[in-house]
Amino acid sequence: MPNVPRSKVGIVACSGEELAEGTVTRLAALRVLHELRPHETVTICLPLFLAGGENDRAFARVHPTITLDGCDLRCAARATAMHSATPAASVVVNDLVAERGLAKPAGRRRLNEAGRQAVDATAAQVALLVDELITTDTAAMPAPALEPDADTTALRGCVPRGERVAGK
Amino acid sequence: MSDIRRKVAIVPCSGIGKPYGTVSREAAYDLCEELRPDTTELVALSRLVMGDEVARQTVATCPAIAIDGCKLMCAATMVRHSGGTVAREVAVLDVYRHHKDLKPEGIAELNPAGLQLARVLADEVTETIDALAPPLPARGGTGGGDA
Repeated sequence: MPNVPRSKVGIVACSGEELAEGTVTRLAALRVLHELRPHETVTICLPLFLAGGENDRAFARVHPTITLDGCDLRCAARATAMHSATPAASVVVNDLVAERGLAKPAGRRRLNEAGRQAVDATAAQVALLVDELITTDTAAMPAPALEPDADTTALRGCVPRGERVAGK
Repeated sequence: MSDIRRKVAIVPCSGIGKPYGTVSREAAYDLCEELRPDTTELVALSRLVMGDEVARQTVATCPAIAIDGCKLMCAATMVRHSGGTVAREVAVLDVYRHHKDLKPEGIAELNPAGLQLARVLADEVTETIDALAPPLPARGGTGGGDA
């Protein structure tokens, strides 16, 4: 039997408009979704958790999520845990930048070179975490009829899996 | 004399799935960084979602303009949920309907039409901001100034 991915991973970025690091989370999430792991990931709008996105909440309850936060407030991680389920992994851009010895990102609207490097590093880290979370096996499980709400990436036929903690 | 002035909270939706969310974000930056930097305050929606006290206090004390990228109107919903007053609710789609030539494309990076749509939206909102938080009159005796 062919090996097929059991699950998709939800990416929840804080997108914080006030800080350059928030922009980094947004662009890194989109890089993973559109370029690095397009078949394994979907994005989830953080505000939809509270503003009526029942399908988004449900998706994040039964699928692993990776949260991307710009700062130590960790809004995405905390809100995901509060309104849905504990994220399987989380990345904080501030921490990642410090760990990698990168310069501090600047330019919340148009990132500077340091910000673009932070996007590269964050996206690469998230792609690695996606690979850790996605398991391939032959276990056949029924696919839930989950579909995200209006402003999220379409997904169908994703199979729920247990939570697994990886990364930070 | 102190310069404690009323500000208007600008709350874009943060939508990440479609270009309209990016337009809302871009319009918010247009307002807060270029058009009305002295009378607006950008509020990150993620902080409202999390119940951050500073963000909640801002929308509780300042009238808010919510800029939403889709019909779910997350920004407006969250402002109200946080105890704030939505002085004006702007849907990017409504603005686009009146400017069909400005079709936004690109989420990470908007095309020129999307950037222009954001600017049009922002321009339309400045009138509301000025009514809620009038700009300071020009200082100095010559009638000049850049306020």
